Amino acid sequence: MSSPKAQLEKLPRSVQVLLALGAVALAAFPLVPSDSADFYLQMLSQMMILAIFAMSLDLLQGVSGLVSLGHAAYFGLAGYALAFLTPADTPISLWWALPVSALGAGLAALVIGFFVVRTHGIYFIMVTMAFAQMVFFLFFDNKELGGSDGLYVNFRPDATLFGWAGIDLENKTTFYYFTLAMLVAVYAFLRRLLFSPFGRVLAGIRVNEHRMRAVGYGTFGYKLAAFTLAGTLAGVAGFLWAAQTGFVNPDLMGFHMSAHAIMMVILGGMGNFAGAIVGAFAFEYVMHFFKDLTKHWQLLMGGFIVLVVVFAPRGLLGLSEKFQRRRGVNSDE
Amino acid sequence: MDFANFLIQLLNSLQYGLLLFMLAAGLTLIFGIMGVVNLAHGSFYMLGAYLAWFLASQFDSLVLAIVVGTLLAVALGWALEWLLFRHFYHRDHLDQVLLTFGLIYIFEEVRSILWGDDVHSVPVPELVNWSIPLTDNLSYPVYRLVISAVCVALALGLYLLISKTRLGMKIRAGAFNREMTEALGINIRLIHGVVFALGVALAAIAGMIASPISSVYPGMGSSVLIMCFVVVVIGGIGSVRGALVAALMVGLVDTFGKVLLPQIAGMAVYMLMAGVLLYKPEGLFKQ
Amino acid sequence: MSDLLLSARSLTKRFGGLAAVNDVSVDLFRDHIHAVIGPNGAGKSTLTNLLSGDLPPTSGSITLNGTETAGHSPESISRLGLGRSYQKTNIFLPFTVWDNVRLAAQSRERHWPWNPLRWIGSAQAMAGVNQRCERAIELAGLTHRSQTVAGTTSHGEQRQLEIAMTLATEPTVLLLDEPLAGMGQAEAESMIALLQKLKKDHAMMLVEHDMDAVFSLADQLTVMVNGQVIASGTPAEVRSDPLVQAAYLGEDHA
Repeated sequence: MSSPKAQLEKLPRSVQVLLALGAVALAAFPLVPSDSADFYLQMLSQMMILAIFAMSLDLLQGVSGLVSLGHAAYFGLAGYALAFLTPADTPISLWWALPVSALGAGLAALVIGFFVVRTHGIYFIMVTMAFAQMVFFLFFDNKELGGSDGLYVNFRPDATLFGWAGIDLENKTTFYYFTLAMLVAVYAFLRRLLFSPFGRVLAGIRVNEHRMRAVGYGTFGYKLAAFTLAGTLAGVAGFLWAAQTGFVNPDLMGFHMSAHAIMMVILGGMGNFAGAIVGAFAFEYVMHFFKDLTKHWQLLMGGFIVLVVVFAPRGLLGLSEKFQRRRGVNSDE
Repeated sequence: MDFANFLIQLLNSLQYGLLLFMLAAGLTLIFGIMGVVNLAHGSFYMLGAYLAWFLASQFDSLVLAIVVGTLLAVALGWALEWLLFRHFYHRDHLDQVLLTFGLIYIFEEVRSILWGDDVHSVPVPELVNWSIPLTDNLSYPVYRLVISAVCVALALGLYLLISKTRLGMKIRAGAFNREMTEALGINIRLIHGVVFALGVALAAIAGMIASPISSVYPGMGSSVLIMCFVVVVIGGIGSVRGALVAALMVGLVDTFGKVLLPQIAGMAVYMLMAGVLLYKPEGLFKQ
Repeated sequence: MSDLLLSARSLTKRFGGLAAVNDVSVDLFRDHIHAVIGPNGAGKSTLTNLLSGDLPPTSGSITLNGTETAGHSPESISRLGLGRSYQKTNIFLPFTVWDNVRLAAQSRERHWPWNPLRWIGSAQAMAGVNQRCERAIELAGLTHRSQTVAGTTSHGEQRQLEIAMTLATEPTVLLLDEPLAGMGQAEAESMIALLQKLKKDHAMMLVEHDMDAVFSLADQLTVMVNGQVIASGTPAEVRSDPLVQAAYLGEDHA
């Protein structure tokens, strides 16, 4: 996977503006009165959570060039962690549950990564898928872990800190803003990471791992670190998902979930994290649209995916960049 | 475990392993020779099974259904390669993953439209619908032996094709060095079409002959795909011999694992894969 | 006598039955250029790969700056002070010339994992790295092209970039695999001047086909044919060796 495709890293002004407007729109949304407010709040919350999940995969796929078909394993594991940590009769503290769940997912990523990162190319794709399936079956086959039915998360986490009641996550709007804040925080962190010494090494590994080793980088360690970090961030998303929906089941770790994440990242445009956000929203929107349209929505979804691969392999941001270049507008350096 | 039970599990391992081999051989050939990863490979297995059920109920004969089904599968494989896959040989693995995942959706829906989403059973052909007695109360179904025999016959045929025929020689040359083979005037496009159609046919046949014992249900494609990937990873991409050895290993570990250690049964095969990866990250028989 | 920085003894590399490199020994001294020549397929690139860690030897030993390195990984050998340039340009095509060299220079920074700057600091703001990078680019003569995307530079400039990246890690031993490959007259002359300049403080091994360059630069010459060394010595000694004349240089050079 060392194809040296020139990737969009510095975002053109138009995209920056789009993102800013998007953030404002998301922030303003709950203030707009509407009959189906609850429904849309939930839908947007889920889209934001999936955007975090997609960004975590973009770190792996877009930046480091590691195509993982099993990223959902860490998403699901963190969700299950919250389900196990939350007692039957009282909420668990957010400040304890979130780090533990995310780091738990990260630890799983570290262990699995140790086996998986030593493989390359198509092997890497296959083994990441295989290990994710292993995790899937671990939960699916064992009643003690919830089995195929899954588990309930009885309460949303409690954000009380040192006696200060703070925010009430059971309130849909509060949870929505909390999710938005997490989305912005993860995005800001990943953008900084992209241009940090660590991020530059990952980009170098994607473009030419052989030369990176030849100039002295221990690329195995870097890739493993990226894999672990990506797993941890996927865990953050999974935690939020479990808190939002109140329910976890093995499908959260399944093949479809992993494949959807890949498609979100590709659809938006890889390697800059903005594309992952755009892709997540676009993908979810398209899927909802098709599902509303017909019972045979999978046909439309499949066709849509094939069209994207054939005509827009660098995603929506890639298309917009091509379009701008044609019009003679230079993207900002 | 007494001998009769052991024999039963051993025969089951063999049968499961050989079926996996049919699928893995196609996948590993297609990847080894054309460099394309096909996530929809499991869908061919599923389509084969549904086709077998449908045709068997039309013709009232599973054997005829399998013959007709095989011809249809070859045609489908040929068409897919010609229309779609051949344009993706030089694309990123990522694009291929995405493309074939889109195909999974499409195949799922096509099946749903044609034949619905119900689970079906396929009757075992009368001629082989009996069991060999092993002990007073244990016997082994002959049809399972038939499955193994068919797989062995096909495996042998594949071996002969690849090592003993001119076509096989061209296939091997194409795997080794595509540009040179083209330069020598060998019609590489024809080779690719043949290999792809062969891979699809093997997967579909596996689905067809397995349908009486595994029954026919919507999710059968994805569950077999994972095992198929594990086999290819363990065996080494591009190696048909590796696929055979790995498939038999997986058959043994999975079958005996489920019987001896049901708690971690589902995980046993992955632990095997993890172990192999530690020593040979490119599979046991990587070229 | 200058320092012996790299010493390879009885290196052999077999692929199946074929010995691509057969019982080859090479010594690289500081302030010396040691050229390795031979016809195509002689095993020169394989030898370079053995020394740089890209391939493990079947047998033999390699001592680099006092450490035994046969079979070690390329990254650990690089860290011990070896820099290698490639015959087939091996750069980061989508990055600018500056970013290419900067990445190589950054490899020598010891940022510990718990230092947050490694994760959220700006890579372009690393002073030490920038200094090394600037120096390497200047040496290779590419300062005026720093901001150009590597994939859009000319072949000669890419060969210069290849050298710049090798120099950015400040190695003491340089393995240069056909640095003059595909270069025009003027470019080749600049490269030769650069190689002369680099002789000081470096031990250099040069694999080359350009005989004029080789004879003007090399202090020591090793001739390889079919994986084996058939002659080794000063250019004058090698030039007059009848074995070499017959096998490689042809009677015209006698």
